[in-house]
Amino acid sequence: MNSLILSTAARLVMPLILVLAVFVFYRGHNEPGGGFIGGLLAATAFALLEMAQGVETARRALRFRPQSIAAVGLGCTLIGGLWGALAYGYFLKGVWPLITKHADGSKSGLPFGSIFLFDFGVFLVVLGGVCCILFALEDVVQSDSEAGGD
Amino acid sequence: MEAAVIQTVTRDAGLWRFIPATIAALVTIWFAGFIGPVSEGHAPEYIYQWAPTIGVQLAFRLDGLSLAFALLICGIGAMVLLYAATYFRSDRRLLSLQLTLVVFAISMLGLTTADDIVTLFIFWEGTTITSWLLVGFDHEKETSRAAALQALLVTGFGGLALLAGLLIMGEVANTYRISEMNALGDVFRDSPLYVAIFILVMLGCFTKSAQWPFHFWLPGAMAAPTPVSAYLHSATMVKAGVYLIARLYPSLSGTELWMWTLVPVGAFTMVLTSVWAMRQTDLKLMLAFTTVMGLSMITMLLGTSNEIAVAAAMTFILIHAFYKAALFLSVGMIEKGSGSRDYPNIAGLARAMPLTATVVMLAALSMAGMIPTFGFLGKEVIYESTGHLHFAPVAVTVAAFAANALMFACACMIAFRPFFFRAQMAPKDRPADPGWGLWLGPVILAVLGIAFGVFPGWLEHHIIAPMVLAVAGVEMPVHLALWHGITRPLILSLATFALGALLYLGLDRIRETLFRIEDDVPRTEAWYDAFLRATSISARRASLYLQDGNMTSYLRRTFFALAAVIWVALFRGTMTWPQFSLSPELIDWTIFAIITASLVVILRARSRLTAITALGGVGAGIATIFVVYGAVDVAMTQLFVEILVVIFLAIAMVHLPRYGHVPFVRLNALIAVILGVGVTTTMLMVLGTDLDLSLTEFFEANSAPVALGRNIVNVILVDFRGFDTMGETAVILFAAVAAYAALKAGRGVSK
Repeated sequence: MNSLILSTAARLVMPLILVLAVFVFYRGHNEPGGGFIGGLLAATAFALLEMAQGVETARRALRFRPQSIAAVGLGCTLIGGLWGALAYGYFLKGVWPLITKHADGSKSGLPFGSIFLFDFGVFLVVLGGVCCILFALEDVVQSDSEAGGD
Repeated sequence: MEAAVIQTVTRDAGLWRFIPATIAALVTIWFAGFIGPVSEGHAPEYIYQWAPTIGVQLAFRLDGLSLAFALLICGIGAMVLLYAATYFRSDRRLLSLQLTLVVFAISMLGLTTADDIVTLFIFWEGTTITSWLLVGFDHEKETSRAAALQALLVTGFGGLALLAGLLIMGEVANTYRISEMNALGDVFRDSPLYVAIFILVMLGCFTKSAQWPFHFWLPGAMAAPTPVSAYLHSATMVKAGVYLIARLYPSLSGTELWMWTLVPVGAFTMVLTSVWAMRQTDLKLMLAFTTVMGLSMITMLLGTSNEIAVAAAMTFILIHAFYKAALFLSVGMIEKGSGSRDYPNIAGLARAMPLTATVVMLAALSMAGMIPTFGFLGKEVIYESTGHLHFAPVAVTVAAFAANALMFACACMIAFRPFFFRAQMAPKDRPADPGWGLWLGPVILAVLGIAFGVFPGWLEHHIIAPMVLAVAGVEMPVHLALWHGITRPLILSLATFALGALLYLGLDRIRETLFRIEDDVPRTEAWYDAFLRATSISARRASLYLQDGNMTSYLRRTFFALAAVIWVALFRGTMTWPQFSLSPELIDWTIFAIITASLVVILRARSRLTAITALGGVGAGIATIFVVYGAVDVAMTQLFVEILVVIFLAIAMVHLPRYGHVPFVRLNALIAVILGVGVTTTMLMVLGTDLDLSLTEFFEANSAPVALGRNIVNVILVDFRGFDTMGETAVILFAAVAAYAALKAGRGVSK
């Protein structure tokens, strides 16, 4: 698809979508959002870039192989789970090292911990998985249309 | 044969290669430390609560039977590992062989010491899988792979039956602990499920221990390299079946069914395989047949449900392990030293290979049951027990007598043919004894076979008596000694020697006769082959029918099945029609209009792009519903999935043939309507039921204070139900990789 409008718009919109994706992912624990939605959103950003400027640009923008990203994501979920197992003896039990409990029962601190890592893993798996299929699909279509054109 | 395989010479593995053997030897010593307590009647236990909610424990218990097997497995394992380290000295596959052997040994140890049926079964399958790897060790050879697959399928089939049988036993006994089951008395025998339990468990034991009609896989499994055969087929793998028969003896034995199955099957297999052992010229194959004979002897003795017979069986397990392992390893020595193990090719090697000849002679003495070996004691006890039977004493005696005589002839064959009475002949120019790594193990085993024959006292009190106690629950009912006076067993023994010698003299004629009729004898292996063929043909037919490569027909079948399930559920269900009143507002009407309009567009679209975009419209409409009713998370997910689906389809569309005119297929329309109405009805009826809100309340109450998140949907996903999510992410990854592989298949090369 060679559209100047789409190409220019994509360059502007794509970073915004990515920022939005991270934002949606981060706020997910308290407001609508989360790793799954964030991952989908990030994947849409790369899909947009791919449609506008081709699969090679999108692949370069992603920097890493999508399969690797997904695999690292799965690793993050596993580590997130094992963290709880190591800390409390229960697989996937939430560990919040930066949260302190006060005497009156309230809590304060930064909400980073095993659950956050787990959610981040989901984010990466969804992003990597979707991009993996997307890029492969585009490759196939391209190589076929080239072959058909000869 | 194997010499040809060892061409992939790389570097020598150095002293590291002795580590597995050393470890096995140390474990043997550790187990030997239990001999004292166990022979005094103790049974050390180790229990780890593995999955207590479903009653699964990792339970181990070391009674006399388990200890004897553990010692055999580790002790012979150490010798085999030492042997393998020398036999495969400069083969690059040495490490993988040792690793598999060690895993196999661990599985065998677990199997023979397990006290929980689930634990036992897991190790049981462990031996099945590792033995598959070991039998197919020369995996570049087609015959090797076929033999491995045969062993896997036959024993794997038995394993499945065994699992079912063990689980039924667990249900009947209300415990999964074998020691508790065995203490229950007649619970199993009185149970209406006894026949089912017996058949299923025995299928497992018979396939593993190669009893007729499953005996054919064991000679086939001789495709394995010699150290493997020695280990799998002497002391361990194939003994797992008889071990289990002995293990469950207190629970299951003594019934008519037990005796009428085990004794005839054991006796028949015993005579059959010892006859066919005479036919073989390949020494290893001959040993394989006599191994089946040995296992059948044990099966038959246990089948008679007699205390003395149990003592005889336990003694014979030890005897057989000693001489059979020694002989298997010696055949490897013969082959290494002379270049062949087929006795028409080798002769008169005694002068060139004196040590090998001595070891084979010693082990063969025990196999033949000659005075003063351990084998003689075993034969005496067997004949002693057959005189005390209540069940078919004459038939059992005759069968044991025939098999022992044939065994005597086979022992003569392996002891004399390669070594004596003829001029030297061997494929190798200068046959010689192999190095110490190969002979040490067989020598120890052969010498033990003689030593225990002369001094059986220690073995009887510390090993065999506890085994008998564990199996039959009685003190040792007989006394092992070389000389009991002129008794019935002694006379039978002497007669056995005489008949065996006659058979050996007529060996060549017998072999030729067997060779001639071989093709005319019905073989159970043919059933296996036919079964395999039928399975593969029907699988091909089913695949061709079900996978016709037409996406429309896949979807049609899937949706039809879904619709059928839903309507069956609706007709059988008790859910009632909900009480509700419709008062749609403007927003509802708008969404309804969007969805309906999109649907009309999809159905009437002339181009794919239009149809796909309109499909996105339906999704967007549904997402709006979610937003309106407060499920923002679901709406967002729905929306992004819709977007991505449209993008995917748009890309893939280029690939598809032109849309053209889509014919209206009545069947498809009918299925669509049935499914749609079914789903809608189900949804409405679900609304009519009283929802159980206890989970919702729990999530609401605990989300923010315990899991530190106010978005309950997300907290459920990543915390409360995190394990599900983890599985789902794995599915996403695998789906992506699978799609990648499918898309790239056969395309990467051209680029």
